[in-house]
Amino acid sequence: MAALLQLKVSIQSIMHIQTIIHQLKLTAVALAGAFVFSNSASAETSLLNVSYDVSREYYKDLNPAFIQYWKEKTGETITINQSHGGSSKQARSVVDGLSADVITMNRSPDIDVLYERAKLIPKDWQKRLPHASSPTASTSVFLVRKGNPKNIKDWDDLVKPKVAVVIPNPKTSGNGKYTYLAAWGYVLKNGGDEAKAKEFVTKLFKNVPVLDTGGRGATTTFAQRDIGDVLLTFENEVFLIQKELGADKFEVIYPSISVLAENPVALVDKVVDKRKTRTQAQAYLEFHFSEVGQDIAAKHYLRPQVDSAVTKHAATFKPLKLFKVEEVFGSWSKAEKTHFADGGVFDQIYAK
Amino acid sequence: MAKKSSLPGFNLSLGYTIFYLSLIVLIPLSAVFFKTFTLSWDEFVQAVASPRVVASYKLTFGASLIAASINVVFGVLTAWVLTRYEFFGKKIVDAFVDFPFALPTAVAGISLSAIYAKNGWIGSLLDQIGIAVAYTPLGVVVALTFIGLPFVVRTVQPVLEDLGAEVEEAGASLGANRWQVFYKIILPAIWPAVITGFALAFARAVGEYGSVIFIAGNMPMVSEITPLIIITKLEQYDYAGATAVAAVMLVISFILLFAINGFQWWSNRRLGHVK
Repeated sequence: MAALLQLKVSIQSIMHIQTIIHQLKLTAVALAGAFVFSNSASAETSLLNVSYDVSREYYKDLNPAFIQYWKEKTGETITINQSHGGSSKQARSVVDGLSADVITMNRSPDIDVLYERAKLIPKDWQKRLPHASSPTASTSVFLVRKGNPKNIKDWDDLVKPKVAVVIPNPKTSGNGKYTYLAAWGYVLKNGGDEAKAKEFVTKLFKNVPVLDTGGRGATTTFAQRDIGDVLLTFENEVFLIQKELGADKFEVIYPSISVLAENPVALVDKVVDKRKTRTQAQAYLEFHFSEVGQDIAAKHYLRPQVDSAVTKHAATFKPLKLFKVEEVFGSWSKAEKTHFADGGVFDQIYAK
Repeated sequence: MAKKSSLPGFNLSLGYTIFYLSLIVLIPLSAVFFKTFTLSWDEFVQAVASPRVVASYKLTFGASLIAASINVVFGVLTAWVLTRYEFFGKKIVDAFVDFPFALPTAVAGISLSAIYAKNGWIGSLLDQIGIAVAYTPLGVVVALTFIGLPFVVRTVQPVLEDLGAEVEEAGASLGANRWQVFYKIILPAIWPAVITGFALAFARAVGEYGSVIFIAGNMPMVSEITPLIIITKLEQYDYAGATAVAAVMLVISFILLFAINGFQWWSNRRLGHVK
């Protein structure tokens, strides 16, 4: 009996520890919220930029540049808080009430959702800034091991037997979605029809041994776990891998054609109107398109979109035949519905 | 009406308990079911019974049961060593047991996949005899075993301590051999704790996400766990579909935990435990 009692106590203490951990997490969230709030209440203006996972390094450079620019222009001191995470998770937080002044994503559907689910922004938000509100873009390219032992040159080489291809899961990763659509577009752009494209993409994913949930995970799998002959990911991620892990270990292969992966930005109207930060948020977004902003993007291997900057950085970025998602698939929402929704083409690849 | 307890404060403490449980457990859980009810029956079936989702149930519950079973064997052994022997560094070993509690699960997942990948310390050895752990369902079992270990050890350990070595010595002096001592004396005493530890390890494993996704490979129909299916549906802004799968998981977990409790009650009676 005593033993049983003690057992119960020990179980309760385990449960208790977990409850405490949960409460601590909640407290931390509440404190963070309070912090943001108190910032806005004080004289100093602050902006919250809710962004995707791998834009950290880019904004670490861009934000100080904007703060300095804004101080010189208006005399106002501004702080910019960053929040990073998986893109659709970030978008959901904003829909559910996170007070983001601006949202910066790597796929327009993750900003569309702010209109669709919560009417936080107008439907035509992409028309408010040049280049479909996308100051930067990237594209899907190939990274192979030194010497290119499997002799991979273009998309066709990826579906050959005994070639292992690492792609992040298109169901959970924007990066994976772009790669999938790039492969599909490759077939269509070379005279193939939908059936051919489906066959090609099916073959491609049969060569994928691991489906990581995000782009960074796929990088780890390929570069650190030695899995796969080729990694398909964003161009900026590929440059980063070479910089971090050594240019002598991997080679970049540019396919004959790929997808233009635009990184759109938007201010969140409902939030900036409430917090009275519209002027600053607008200036911040426009700063992305300025010469300084575009230079910083290029430094982080994001393709600048403003014409003058494209010319200026032409040496860094190999000119590629790139197509827009809208051009081949009509719209992002059509592509989502056909390919990535439950029971869609991607699911059919794995259906038995 | 139940007989009034001689302890004061019954109404207050029960009231607080119900309030607390409602706030922390019941209200969030009921939200899962309410959200699920926004689906029509056909949509619900589509969300929870497509082949991919069914394959993930099999993996999640199967791997969790295997992992919890492994933990029962080695957890009891660990608890035994920690209570019955004195050795140098015992306190440190004891503290090691709690590591899986304290470590962020993503860190555990990354470490495990680094070690068990083909180019990792253990993975490279296993690769030579043709066993792949990382990025296979076996990897899922490894991760779930890791996170579940403390539950069995920490539930069995206090009971073993309480039991004392004297009863074993008494048994031995009355002529029982080692096996009989274990089977007739130790096992009946620790059995309820073992089952509780098993149930806790199992329940923890079913809901685990962070450590598993790094080592599972996440291939649909093969190594995709149900929590990942839920996350995937959320990524597509399919809240109702996600909660529908969550609701099914809850119901299956509840039935299994209920069965485990029933088994515990039955075996308590069988082993002659008087409550």
